[in-house]
Amino acid sequence: MNARETTPTPVPAPVGILAELTHRCPLGCPYCSNPIELDSRAGELDTETWKRVFSEAAAAGVLHAHLSGGEPAARRDLVEIVAHCKKVGLYTNLITSGIGITRERMRELAEAGLDHVQLSIQDALPESADRIAGYKGAFARKIDVAKWVNEVGIPLTVNAVIHRANIARAGRMVEFAVELGARRVEIAHTQYYAWALANRKALMPSRAQVDKAVAEVERLREVYAGKIVVDHVAPDYYAKYPKACMGGWGKRTLNVTPHGRVLPCHAAETIPGLEFWNVREHSVPDIWANSPAFNAYRGTDWMLEPCRSCPRKSIDFGGCRCQALALTGDARNADPICHLSPYHDKVAAIAATFDEVDANVPASDYIYRTLKTQVPAQ
Amino acid sequence: MSGAAAISADSKPRLPRGVHLKHDETRGEWLLLAPERVLKTNAIAVEILKRCDGIATLSEIVDDLAAQFKAERAQIETDVKTLLGELAAKRMVDL
Repeated sequence: MNARETTPTPVPAPVGILAELTHRCPLGCPYCSNPIELDSRAGELDTETWKRVFSEAAAAGVLHAHLSGGEPAARRDLVEIVAHCKKVGLYTNLITSGIGITRERMRELAEAGLDHVQLSIQDALPESADRIAGYKGAFARKIDVAKWVNEVGIPLTVNAVIHRANIARAGRMVEFAVELGARRVEIAHTQYYAWALANRKALMPSRAQVDKAVAEVERLREVYAGKIVVDHVAPDYYAKYPKACMGGWGKRTLNVTPHGRVLPCHAAETIPGLEFWNVREHSVPDIWANSPAFNAYRGTDWMLEPCRSCPRKSIDFGGCRCQALALTGDARNADPICHLSPYHDKVAAIAATFDEVDANVPASDYIYRTLKTQVPAQ
Repeated sequence: MSGAAAISADSKPRLPRGVHLKHDETRGEWLLLAPERVLKTNAIAVEILKRCDGIATLSEIVDDLAAQFKAERAQIETDVKTLLGELAAKRMVDL
């Protein structure tokens, strides 16, 4: 009943699968990209279902399997899942906080064929890092985990999400990643969805802080050329054009939640009215080609002005649907980050609010990411 | 990048762990897979990368390619050094 009536161009094969193996996580980072409404442990897909999902994804053309969460190490079957991904020819990338990884487990993961580890760090200063994570001792543990990753010879990427509490050390985190033995570092300015949106007031830096941090990271990119690859995700609110969110909706990647819902992006559930299919009822290729949520904003036919007649429409695909919805009330609108959006003033107004932020004033208390039954810390 | 000329003839290039040359059945093409990266790889690059096993020296790789494809050695050497220089800068090849 949901089959597409007209399919002018065949749907390109997906390139990546982001598997949120669980939403359980010992850390409470206030900018977590998981939804506010987290999936419970009770409803998580079992090992056999995940294996089927990865087999189907590989057969459909997926190349990279990003094993994420929550904290994927909270799954006891993580090694078994990695081994299965390897067997079906997927490139495996473990996206981890490091908590729950032991030296022994890292060895097992390496033997199972793990290709790459992406380790998050919250700051280059221990006390600040642990405060941001809401977990004492996290920083020290991560240093150990980086060591164990290097020991087994798996390439390491360090990921740092940047916000007001750590932006003064954005450059320092590039150096820290080099010290940890990483070959690649992601310096990602916070994008304001889900938990980050709820914590925007505490997280958003001033324009001056952003400019300084961006310049410093770009300088270090040159300094460390050939030593470490710097991937720099620029801060959205000060940009002129929107990002090509997900490389285009339903064009490259799919996201599977711990309970098996398949989303075009991790925040897609914030858009009301979309019908998501579940891997318990549909195969991955069926969902990719036919699920209403994937077809809702695929291609460019759904666009409104100014996107519809814009020469950049196949470059940035109108930006992010979730941000368009959050700031304009309609997911079909141009992402208001775009200077051509009639709602762009709203973004500028939000950003301007923070122009006077003093770097020495501590961020206000966070609403830490927790399962909904728990009371937010502090 | 300081330039292709910087790569020594004795260097033994190899794909580091976490970088794979893969023939993708779905798309019918060779791809170089790395962390968060997929590079389309043309026929010449595939022939070069297949020889980057950490054993053969750059000079041996160039000799081998020149013999197999009956091409001018100097040209092959430039191609090999250019490709490996670019990939090394992305940390997708170890020299």
